Amino acid sequence: MKKFISDFGRYILMIKGMFSMPENFKMYWKEFMHQCSDIGIGSLGIVAIISVFMGAVSAVQTAYQLVSPLIPKSTIAQIVRDTVILEFAPTLVSIVLAGVVGSKIASELGNMRVSEQIDALEIMGINTKAYLIGPKILASMVVIPMLVVIAAVLGIYGGRLAGTAAGILSASTYDKGLLEGFLPYNAVFCMVKAYTFAFIISSISSFFGYYVTGGSLEIGRSSTKAVVVSCILILFADYLLSALLL
Amino acid sequence: MIELKNISKGFENVQVINDVSSVMKPGQCNLIIGSSGSGKTVLMKCMVGLFLPDAGEVLYDGHDFIKMNDEEKKEIRTQIGMLFQGSALFDSLTVEQNVMFPLEMFTKWNYKKKLERVNEVLERVELKGTNKKFPSEVSGGMKKRVGIARAVVLNPKYLFCDEPNSGLDPLTSMIIDKLIMEITKEFKITTIVNTHDMNSVMEMGDSILYMHQGEKEWEGNNKEIIFSKNDKLNDFIFASEFLKDAKDMRMLEETGKIPNERDMSELTHKDADPLIDPD
Ligand SMILES: Nc1ncnc2c1ncn2[C@@H]1O[C@H](COP(=O)(O)OP(=O)(O)OP(=O)(O)O)[C@@H](O)[C@H]1O
Ligand SMILES: [Mg+2]
Repeated sequence: MKKFISDFGRYILMIKGMFSMPENFKMYWKEFMHQCSDIGIGSLGIVAIISVFMGAVSAVQTAYQLVSPLIPKSTIAQIVRDTVILEFAPTLVSIVLAGVVGSKIASELGNMRVSEQIDALEIMGINTKAYLIGPKILASMVVIPMLVVIAAVLGIYGGRLAGTAAGILSASTYDKGLLEGFLPYNAVFCMVKAYTFAFIISSISSFFGYYVTGGSLEIGRSSTKAVVVSCILILFADYLLSALLL
Repeated sequence: MIELKNISKGFENVQVINDVSSVMKPGQCNLIIGSSGSGKTVLMKCMVGLFLPDAGEVLYDGHDFIKMNDEEKKEIRTQIGMLFQGSALFDSLTVEQNVMFPLEMFTKWNYKKKLERVNEVLERVELKGTNKKFPSEVSGGMKKRVGIARAVVLNPKYLFCDEPNSGLDPLTSMIIDKLIMEITKEFKITTIVNTHDMNSVMEMGDSILYMHQGEKEWEGNNKEIIFSKNDKLNDFIFASEFLKDAKDMRMLEETGKIPNERDMSELTHKDADPLIDPD
């Protein structure tokens, strides 16, 4: 418990320490762009794969559960759309990204800490929290919501593919269903989640990487911890946001 | 000028540095020597603020570094160059980018001028032609030299070198020592060097601080060191038989007799041990 409180305090101080005037704006921009491409391009493939499949699975399973002939087939499309937007795209993708991006951030920073690269930057008079962590968090906040949007689109498309391939419903029925009863608020909610989770993933894994002490063994340990803690916090925040905003 | 006043530092009830005071003057090489684990690295890290001492003051030209706010610390740090014991190169950047990094961060020069400066310092550490290699692709000694190049590229006012020549062959090690001495004199840098290499001690010891188990045991220069009467220091510097013989020879030359009973016949046919690195 004491450890938790002191860790939480350090986390807050880390976030606070990030806010300072950049020593050289151009170098920060370069680092930011570098992180964007690292985080975004690096995880595009996995995000694409899981979102097509989660859309497909939810279409097939919804069809399986809707046995009543009274419900029109287009409802399947509606349900797929809403579950993908509300839950699957932001939460599932973020959980996967916590693994992909989180462990990358934590081990990168951990390695820099252990091999004294962070100290070397600090000695040069660079605010390492601002220079190393700031661009990572910012880049995540820009790129992860984009990935979530892509995931939502691909997920819905995956549902369409699976639905038509299995002969459950025709493409035109599916498209018609997509337009029925669409609440724009759901999309807003999805983006709120995406931004929240992006912040959780990047800041938590930065924290665990930045404050590694010891050797290479600890780098592995702390990146595992970063992923586990990010996942738990994502699920917790997911519940909290749903309770508050829905 | 850097002054240390009663620095103490411990980690979880182990006292590592105990009440060390000293003055590091500009334009000369200030050596901190001592065996492995004597606290040289910790002392150096206290001086640059990577460790917060438990007690004492670190004065940069009279201003207490520990009490400075972040902005003032940054100001001092842009004037500091430091070589870490493990080189601490950025491993996502090439040799050239590593050395160029401080220039990119703190100067507004154009690319051509930066590259010129980088090549200039790389040449001084004899690393021409490795520009495009990554740190993982160069040898340990080369990393050290890249580290030195990065430390001096901005012409620092204070230069800290943590074992600049451990892991280097005698010749390169001498070139590095010479380089550090030259730029120290040339730019009136306050240079602090951690070492346990006796060649460097004799070569560049304008001022020497001998640490033993975290305490300042002896202070002086390279002229005084071999005549010192401090037993612990003598054990440290004359750890190798070769140096002991050298001392005896010198004594013989100067006073006509050897301090201890060993006679010359023993001296002449004994094999000279190579210098053993205490690490
Ligand atoms: N971060 C740390 N936490 C706990 N103890 C430490 C830490 N850093 C150093 N020490 C301890 O401080 C003592 C001095 O270490 P230091 O690295 O200063 O030695 P050194 O004189 O530089 O040795 P070497 O010549 O091998 O580099 C050692 O006993 C070491 O165990
Ligand atoms: Mg050391």
